[in-house]
Amino acid sequence: MTTQPVHFYQIGSFAVGNRLVDDADRTVQSNANRTNSIDSGHRACQGCGEALGARYALDAAMRATGGKIVAVNATGCLEVFSTPYPETSWRIPWLHSLFGNAPAVATGVAAALRVKGKTDVRVVGQAGDGGTVDIGFGCLSGMFERNDDVLFICYDNEGYMNTGVQRSAATPPAARTATTEAVGPEPGNSFGQGKDVPRIAMAHDIPYVATATVADLHDLERKVERAMSMRGARYLHVFVPCPLGWGSASNETIHLARLAKETGLFPVFEAEHGVVTNVSTIRHQVPVEEYLKLQRRYAHLFGKNPRPDIIERLQLIADQNIARYGLVVDDDDSKEVTA
Amino acid sequence: MERPFAITLDVGSSRSNHTGSWRVERPVYVDRLPPCNNACPAGENIQGWLYEAESGNYEGAWRKLVEENPLPAIMGRICFHPCETACNRVQVDEAVGINAVERFLGDIAIEKGWTIPEAGVDTGKRILVVGAGPAGLSATYHLRRLGHQVRLVDSSAQLGGMMRYGIPAYRLPRAILDAEIARIIAMGVEVELNYVVHDIDKERKAGGFDAVFLAVGAQLGRRVSIPAGDSSRVIDAVSFLHQVADDDPPLLGRRVVVYGGGDTAFDAARTAKRLGATEAVIVYRRNRERMGAHSVELEQAEVEGITVRWLSTVNRFESEQMVLEKMRLNAEGFPEPTGEYEELDADALVLALGQDTDLSLLDQAKDVVVRNGVVEVEATMMTGENGVFAGGDVVPTDRTATIAVGHGKRAAFGIDAYVNGRDVPEKVRHDLATFERLNTWYYADAPRTKRPELERIRRQGTFDEVIGGLTEENALFEARRCLSCGNCFECDNCFGVCPDNAVIKLGPSQRYQFDYDFCKGCGICVKECPCGAIEMVPEKI
Repeated sequence: MTTQPVHFYQIGSFAVGNRLVDDADRTVQSNANRTNSIDSGHRACQGCGEALGARYALDAAMRATGGKIVAVNATGCLEVFSTPYPETSWRIPWLHSLFGNAPAVATGVAAALRVKGKTDVRVVGQAGDGGTVDIGFGCLSGMFERNDDVLFICYDNEGYMNTGVQRSAATPPAARTATTEAVGPEPGNSFGQGKDVPRIAMAHDIPYVATATVADLHDLERKVERAMSMRGARYLHVFVPCPLGWGSASNETIHLARLAKETGLFPVFEAEHGVVTNVSTIRHQVPVEEYLKLQRRYAHLFGKNPRPDIIERLQLIADQNIARYGLVVDDDDSKEVTA
Repeated sequence: MERPFAITLDVGSSRSNHTGSWRVERPVYVDRLPPCNNACPAGENIQGWLYEAESGNYEGAWRKLVEENPLPAIMGRICFHPCETACNRVQVDEAVGINAVERFLGDIAIEKGWTIPEAGVDTGKRILVVGAGPAGLSATYHLRRLGHQVRLVDSSAQLGGMMRYGIPAYRLPRAILDAEIARIIAMGVEVELNYVVHDIDKERKAGGFDAVFLAVGAQLGRRVSIPAGDSSRVIDAVSFLHQVADDDPPLLGRRVVVYGGGDTAFDAARTAKRLGATEAVIVYRRNRERMGAHSVELEQAEVEGITVRWLSTVNRFESEQMVLEKMRLNAEGFPEPTGEYEELDADALVLALGQDTDLSLLDQAKDVVVRNGVVEVEATMMTGENGVFAGGDVVPTDRTATIAVGHGKRAAFGIDAYVNGRDVPEKVRHDLATFERLNTWYYADAPRTKRPELERIRRQGTFDEVIGGLTEENALFEARRCLSCGNCFECDNCFGVCPDNAVIKLGPSQRYQFDYDFCKGCGICVKECPCGAIEMVPEKI
């Protein structure tokens, strides 16, 4: 008689929790006693992906370090909506830096802790995509180059949302922002510009670089845990949809993050010392339209004067990502492949 | 308190900022009616008992099951599981094998000797149940639980009705049948077998019964006049199966033709084959698509070597020669003769052309309306005569054991209300949990390696007993494939995905609660709820 152990749970590993598995195997977020690093009452918009991403990442870091972290936060949405004087949403030691110098301040905190002999207290730097890929980029690169003992997390919502939705170097092509209007023959943000910071980080040969989305909590928490198990400069790039800046419905936040990954537009992977070690393959592949049409920042590609040519160029980007990281595997049962 | 330079206010928490005031819509938890429960003729809370089975609490699952249906081991074998047809998982991969799990639970209960609930406190009311088939047994069970005394009579020598005399033992082992019936009788039931009721009203008056439940079934095999020689063996399927059940099978010879296309035709053909017929042929005047039998019957019969002559009628049957006439379907799909004939060697003809009810016991009951050979009843299963209820095959319905079990239950509650001079309380039915309300992303794909084994086991489900250990693993696996459509199963998704920490987790089996002080009404929890158990409702402004 052949018997196989039953490993199949009602909802596998995709939902936040599962009453059928042991507490130890559940996510940090499913725990009623999670830290809630960022507390209720913050002023983020309805359906904010960044508020969610920050709680996911920092709660996981809190668990991984036994509650011993200091967070350094660049100016930006996350800082503005969480700390209007004299209130704060932070339930962890938290330091506000300037817009551009969060990685350097984090380096300083790490150095101070080292001098004081508190090497068990770990440092997390965090910023939006503006503070990371544009304004704070020099400091970030320096932090990488010196291999300072900091996990730096970028919450990427693809623009300067706090100041009124201006373009950043993380804004995708064709997207409408206040500074890349949907006018002219090539409406929205231009093609061929912008920075792929996870790959730039990899080029520094730092111990750990990973990308994640708020749609896959298990993956995100695992990556934070992995990062906190290492020393030196580590970088986590978290994709966080922005209902305000993207013109999407507030309930679509997680759905959009999922579609970004499932289209191939946002590759989810991890790399150690400059080499890709894991990719999250696409589970149910969808064309980029499915993702684009839910966002008003791409409305000019649809409607009365549709631009299938531009959509095709965006699809090409997705296809290139799929090819580069091997995001589509024939055997859809295997979730991860080693690159 | 000393404050740093230029600081005038104490540090406070953002929790003083009640962002709930931003909200124009609020999420609320709801329960919806799962399609399996909706489709179950016996009114089982299928999702409810699967939920218990998922955590391996088989006894809890079984107890929840027998709340509605006292015959799970029987149902797990002979029910045609409309629940699985309705199952939303069909649209993901395959339906949950509900029937297989039900059988597993029924069997383990018999094995472990779990007992059904005890009879209720005696009400002093006496009820006569005529007919001990699935409808009569189900009514007896529920009436006893409600505390009414039951006298159960049947014209046959043993209890079970068509489950014993119509359904062959290879589909329903008699030990299983006996075990589940015995549990009901052990609740304290006055049983009289070989007892024929000739006049329902007289019987009711003589016994002083407060109400009667009529469930005599459809025991008369329908005949048609087919020219047949004196020596030709012609028998109707009902009599044939009854005689087999009585361990007194008629001699049919080697070549048996069964005329008809319903489940009974297949039962008869498969039984004839088991009795030693080398050829068992089913002759049916329509085609495969219009066959009355469930397709699973056909599949299994074909595996057993039974052949079907589609679009044919029996024209005459004389001295081991049967003449079939070919048919064709007209535009409306009705078969019409073609005038083409073919011959077939045959030793016996079994007629499986449907069954009629013997309602002679109602001849004097003038208020009971009989139309087209069946009894008209209200929603409570009461006939035109006060206190006389009917169910199962004697009322207009699809004639299946599961429907009969449902009738029995409904009649029991109808009788209970009647004898107490009350109306049957109307049950609140939730909105249906449709597939569109689910977020199926969160349900894991059933591992591919499992499937062949699963299907094989499922196919075996209606045949021989499946090996023990494997059965439990399979049952657990199957139960866990349930999507829990429309009802929270505590996956923590709402708790996890709220950007405002506005969902409070109340602990195991306590579910969740919204903190409307902080909920901004973004609706992510609704969108990301796998089973569709949250909905947005507009705030009153």
